[in-house]
Parts: sequence; C-alpha cells; structure tokens
Amino acid sequence: MIWVDTIVQGILLGGLYALFAAGLSLVFGIMRLVNLAHGDLIVMGAYLILVFVSFTGLSPFIAAAIAMPLMFALGYGLQKVMLNRVLGDDILPPLLVTFGLSVVLQNAMLEGFSADSQRLPTGALSTASVELGSINVGVLPLLTFGSAVLVIVVLNQIFYRTELGRAFRATSDDATTASLMGIKPANIFAMATGIALIIVTIAALYLGMRANFDPNIGPARLIYAFEAVIIGGLGSLWGTLLGGIIIGVAQTVGAAINPEWQILAGHVALLIVLLIRPRGLFPRAVD
Amino acid sequence: MALLTTQNLTAHYGDFQALFGVDIELNEGETIAIIGANGAGKTTLMRSISGVLTNQPDMVTLEGVPIGNASADAIMAQGVAMVPEGRKLFPSLSVEENLLIGTYGRKTAGHWSLETIYDLFPILKERRNNPGTALSGGQQQMVAIGRALMSNPRVLLCDEVSLGLAPVVIKDIYQAVPKIKHAGASMIVVEQDIGQAMKVADRVYCMMEGRVTLTGTPDSLSRDAIHDAYFGAAA
Amino acid sequence: MSHATDHAVPYAVHTGTSASRIAGIAALILIVVLVALPAFASRSLIQDMFFILTMLVLAQFWNLLAGYGGLVSIGQQAFVGIGAYAMFGVVILAGLDPVPAILLGGVVAVLLAIPTAFFAFRLQGAYFAIGTWVIAEVVRLLTSQWKAVGGGTGTSLPRDATRDLWMTETIETVFGVRNAAARDILSYWLAVILAVATIGGIYWLLRTKRGLALAAVRDNIEAAKSVGVDAVRMKWTVFLVAAFGTGLTGALIYLQKARISPDAAFSVTDWTAFVLFIVVIGGIGTIEGPIIGVIVFFLLQSLLADYGTWYLMVLGVIGIIIMLFAPKGLWGLISSRTGIELFPVRRRLTGGALHTSQQET
Repeated sequence: MIWVDTIVQGILLGGLYALFAAGLSLVFGIMRLVNLAHGDLIVMGAYLILVFVSFTGLSPFIAAAIAMPLMFALGYGLQKVMLNRVLGDDILPPLLVTFGLSVVLQNAMLEGFSADSQRLPTGALSTASVELGSINVGVLPLLTFGSAVLVIVVLNQIFYRTELGRAFRATSDDATTASLMGIKPANIFAMATGIALIIVTIAALYLGMRANFDPNIGPARLIYAFEAVIIGGLGSLWGTLLGGIIIGVAQTVGAAINPEWQILAGHVALLIVLLIRPRGLFPRAVD
Repeated sequence: MALLTTQNLTAHYGDFQALFGVDIELNEGETIAIIGANGAGKTTLMRSISGVLTNQPDMVTLEGVPIGNASADAIMAQGVAMVPEGRKLFPSLSVEENLLIGTYGRKTAGHWSLETIYDLFPILKERRNNPGTALSGGQQQMVAIGRALMSNPRVLLCDEVSLGLAPVVIKDIYQAVPKIKHAGASMIVVEQDIGQAMKVADRVYCMMEGRVTLTGTPDSLSRDAIHDAYFGAAA
Repeated sequence: MSHATDHAVPYAVHTGTSASRIAGIAALILIVVLVALPAFASRSLIQDMFFILTMLVLAQFWNLLAGYGGLVSIGQQAFVGIGAYAMFGVVILAGLDPVPAILLGGVVAVLLAIPTAFFAFRLQGAYFAIGTWVIAEVVRLLTSQWKAVGGGTGTSLPRDATRDLWMTETIETVFGVRNAAARDILSYWLAVILAVATIGGIYWLLRTKRGLALAAVRDNIEAAKSVGVDAVRMKWTVFLVAAFGTGLTGALIYLQKARISPDAAFSVTDWTAFVLFIVVIGGIGTIEGPIIGVIVFFLLQSLLADYGTWYLMVLGVIGIIIMLFAPKGLWGLISSRTGIELFPVRRRLTGGALHTSQQET
C-alpha cells in the first residue's frame, strides 16, 4: 500500500513540475527560446505574492491574482525590450542574456529578501486532506495538480480555438509570412512571454504554499521544468504534464528508497528517457 | 492620383543591389502585370512594396501617403495584401485557419468572407479541416490567394502564382482574377508566364536586371519589343 | 612572354600580421616575467595571479567549446569537480603525490565527458546547455554519496601529502618561504605552464586544417558537411579536449585550495557563470577575448568584492549589456576600431596575379 501512496504523491508532485514547465514549453514552442531565468522568475513570483500577503493580509490566492497582471506586464516588457533583440539563428545570445538575467534576479532577491527561507501562509489548507479509497491525499497537492491540468486545458484552448492562438502558431511557423497577415511578431512573442509569466505566478503560488523557498532555489526549478519539457517532447503541453508526472514519481519513489536519492532519481529518469526516446515521448510532427 | 506608386525604388541585399530606381504606378481598379526573367527583381519589388523589405519613405506611396519605410504588418493594415512567392501556407494551421489568419491585421467588411472564398474555390470547403500543407500545389495556391483576400484588400499583390503548377491548374486559378477585380481590388501580378499576364493585365511592366525596361498595354507591345525587354536587346 | 613577370609574384597564404609578430615577442617576455614573478612578488599577488591564470584557462576552454565549437555548455563545473575529486581520491585512497594526480584529473574528466556527450549530443541548442547542467548535477549528487572523500561535507588533502609535495622543499629553500607559500608558488608555476600550453595549443589547433573545419562547422554545419567535414567528430573532439583541460584545471585549483566539497567543486556560479561572463565580456570566439575578459573580471571583483550580491548583479548586467549591444565583446570593439589581431587565425591571400588565365595564349 505504501507504494501506491508514494506513486500518488509523485503524480501530484508532477502537477507542480508541470506548472513550472508549462511556461517554458509555451515560450519554446512559439519562439524556440529557452529562458534560463525561468526558475528565478518563479521564485520572484513567490516573493511578489509574499509581499502582497504580508502588506495586506490577503489570502495567497488573491495575492497571486493581483500579481498576475504585474507578472504579465513584466514578461511582455522583458520580451519586447530585451529578449526580442536576441532571437535568431544563433542560440548563444539568448542563452547568455537569460543566464545573465538569472544571475541578476537571484542576487537582487538575495539583496532584497536575504537568504532566509520563506513560506506563504496557508492556514488550514496545508494540513487538510481527503480520503481517496484507502489512501490519504493532501488537498493542496490535489489543488496543485488540478491547477496544472486546468492551465494546460486553457492554454490548449487559447492555442487551438482563438485568433491569438492562430497567430501564435502562424508566427512560430514563419514570422515573415505572418507579418504579411498583419501580425507583429514582436508583439506576439511579448504576449507569449506575458502569458508564460502568468503561469509562472500560478506555479509560484503553489511553490510558496507547499514548501519553503529562498532566492537560490530558482535554478533547480528550471532544471525540473526542463526535464518535464524534454521528457514530454518539445512543444507538446500534454506531454509536458506527463513529463512532470514522470519526474514527480521518480523523485518520490527515489526518496522512498533513500531520502538522498530524491533529486538524483528525477535526473536519472530524464537520462533514461533520452536514451530510449531522444525526442521525448510526444515529439511534435512539425519542427 | 494613382492608388499605389513606387518612385525611384532601390533595394539591396547586403552589397548586392537588386533594384535600380524602379517606377511603377497602379491606378484604382487596374490590374498590372510585372514580367521578367528569373533574377529581374520582380520578387524584390513585391517584397519592397509589401514591407518585407523597408526603404526610404517616399519610394512607395499609397494614395500619395509615403509607406516605403512602414513594416509589413502596417502596410497590410492599410489594405495591401500579398500572395507570397511559394505560397507560404502555415503548416500548423488548417486550411480554414489559414484563411482566417488573413484577417488578423485588418477586419474590413466587404465582398470577401469565408463563404465567398469557398464559393470562389469550392474544393477548399471540402478540405477546410486538412492541414494547409497537405493540399496539392494548386489548392495551396488557392488558399494563399483566399488568405490574402480575406482582409478585403484594396491592393492585392500576387507573386508568381503559377510557378510550378500544371497549365490546367493555372487556368483554374486565373479564372478567379476577373472576380477579384470585380469585387474591387486593384492588382499587381508578377508572372513569368507572359501569355497569362497579357490576358489579365490592363498594363504590363517588363523588368530586367533590376530596372523597368518596357511598359505599355498588352495590345501596344509587339513580341519583339517584349523579347528585347525580357532578354536584353543584344541577345 | 611579356606576362612572365606575373609568375615572379606567386601568391602566398599568410596568417601572421605585424601585430601578431610583435605580440609574439611580447608574449615571450611576458612568460619570462611570469615565471620569475615569485622571486619578487608577495604571496597574495601570487595567489591572485593563480586565480587569474586558472580562470583564464577555464575561459579559453569554454570559449573553444562555445565560441568555436558552437557547444554552449553550462555544465563545465562537472569537469572541474570531477577532476578535483579524482585528484583528491587518488591522493587520499592511493597515497599518490598530488602533482601527477592532476594529470589523472584530466583523464577522469575525459572519461566522464564520453557518457556526457553521449547524452547531451542528443539535445540541440539551448537544451544541450541545460542537459549538460543536469549531468553536472547528477555527478555532484553522486559525489555527495562518496563517503571516502567526505560525502556531502567534503574533505581536505592529507597534511603529509601537501607537505611532501613535489619540489616544494626546493622552493622553500630557494625562496626562503614556508611550506604553504611554497605550495602556492608551485601551483602558480603549474598554472603558468597550463595557461601557456592552453593558449598555445588552442592557437595551434585553430591554425591547423582541423581548426578551419571547426570554424566551418560553427558558421554553417550543412555547408561544412557538404565539403566533407565530419561535424560529429569535430564536436566530439572539441568536447573531449575541453573536458580534459577543464578537469586538469579543476584538479590544480583544488591542489592550491587543499580543501574540497561537492557544492564548491561543482558550483555552477564559480566554474561556469563566471567563466561565461569572462568570455562574453572579453569577446567570444577569439583567443584575445578571454584574456581581456579575465582582466576586467578580476578588476571588477577587486573593486566590488565587498559588496557580495551587488558584485554579481553588476557582472550579470554588464554581461547582458555586452551581449545586447556589443556581442563581440570588448576585444571585438578594440579589434574593429584598430584592426589589430594578436592571434590571427584567418588566412589572407597576398601577391599572385588576377589574370593568370591569359598567360597560356
């Protein structure tokens, strides 16, 4: 029974990793950009929510809702002012610029919030649980997983049912021809990064409610997100969810065997997938 | 006043100069054809007008307003739509989505809508849910023309629509031209197929090596004059 | 026959420039000064120079990888760490002298690089970058499990191993210094040798046919393939060479530090972020770039080291600004203004006749 419990916990943890990864997957799918500051932006989102919570006493959920438009604006501006300049065939400039951004964000947060770890207040939510058959499942992990599924459903709706989504796909296919349709690729990319940062805020909310965070944990979140995206297959959002689940399960199973193996087990899962399916489980046909 | 002009238009790709002072005039309701051999600068001309290549402001005007330095999306919003060389359908979009994306930057009411495009090219309605790139070359060309028409443009630029297509397919596609004219669009048609160009155009410009070498109405141009303008007088 | 004079000026291919010849002489003088430095410099200067030289070597190898090979790795800390740990391992477990053990550090780094490349080469571009990082994390986590070298908390080099280090006794008597200072001098000399060999070796590599092929692969992989360059082999070669050099340097750095822990030896900030900023600020894809970069880096660190986080923020901002507005770095700015090339690798054609085809008539 302990194994069923471990695996269920792992699946739910995978929801958190899918939330980390969904923004990364979206941005990569549209503009082939990998933002190495993605993890630090998640941590920054958690601090932003924390600041709202501590100044107003609001619930973290409402604080996150307030943070979302701000994070959207940040993402939009970041893409428009900085990242659009480095998009192109050469992969080096975007990598180096976002790596620089990662270092700047981490140290700015260290300066502003110190290295002490923080947590978002959750009240009774953090301990609440429900009986599912014979196992006990925390409400917060369930909520996280539900949010991840919801985010992916909404993203897919945007992608395949809206004019913006058509513009996303068209620009991703061929930005020059898209501009002949009246699309401004620079704005489309900025919208995509803005939306990615809304997802980042949701990820930050659950990150901050479920565990302690400090300014240095961003890079590890980037790595988990990256692993989920690679395992799922580049550009596939449902694949990203499955990738998150695989990392989550690998980590909880690893931890159940030896607590020191938790993180390692997640990395090993990625290497195994790379070995047998180099393009991930659901690679996109058009690339 | 002419609807659209290019005045002393030049274009460069790095050190290579592709256009040397090209003057073109398109009047309201008119269809003009640009003919010329490979490398004459026809596609560069279209890319310059549509804003894919930007120039000095005065080099391209729309109703007297300089648009030479405007971006492609801004020019499209002004009502200049392009059917690009090679069709350039979006592989991630279905046929219908390819048509719908044509209205992204300009939602002007007019003759053209999904229904009227499907009337113009009925085969597209049957294949509306297929990926655009799963279609035959001729059908893809129909989608590309429909996509450009969806915004009800004032000027339609068609770059080499017959390239690589069988004669019977070309005929099908060119049957649409009178209907497009009738619905109110002025057209610039780039063609290597001189016969086809002569049939649809009110006036013809012949280009060679980045310059306009001959202009006139199709009736006024002799075969020899076209031959010289096309290949150079010495040849 | 009147055209015969054309043959008197046969064309020739050069890579040298007058600046490069002056630079060559200056370099020789510099090397002599560097070697003699411990005779008149303070211990802290020697330590600073050791830091500068080892960072320079790491930067040159990262530059070879990313700037010439197009392989943007952010997992080079794996090779620094494994090289250092391999050295510690054989010293602690087999009682080897640390100096020859440094070479073993390089060899073990290559052994790690083979499976690393096997996995990471399945990933393209940015994903390659993060893939190498994941592998570095795996190695760090595994090393933390290695109890014989201290597990997660790390360990120190045994006292008798550092005391009886090669040559240190001689250095102690010649310079009249204590053992710890002698170890610094020895490490410093090894760093000088490593730096000179690295720069010389990379310069030589880039001037060979293989170096040309490397530039071809970086500029256009399809075109390079079409003229018969084996891109995959080039990638492997560059990756393994860089791993070897990085592993050697890691072992040398930790010989001087004499204390190791997984978090320090596999630090992405110390061994990859800093190195990357050095290369970017100085100018990626040139040999001169990392040299300029490491000087700027050291000056910034000396100026701002007291401000901790601000220092890193400034470094990050400078890196971003350079990448946005001067992607060829400081050396790129200098070189384009003055046309100076200290390490010319381009081939220039001089002499020869342009109308040779007419001569046969």
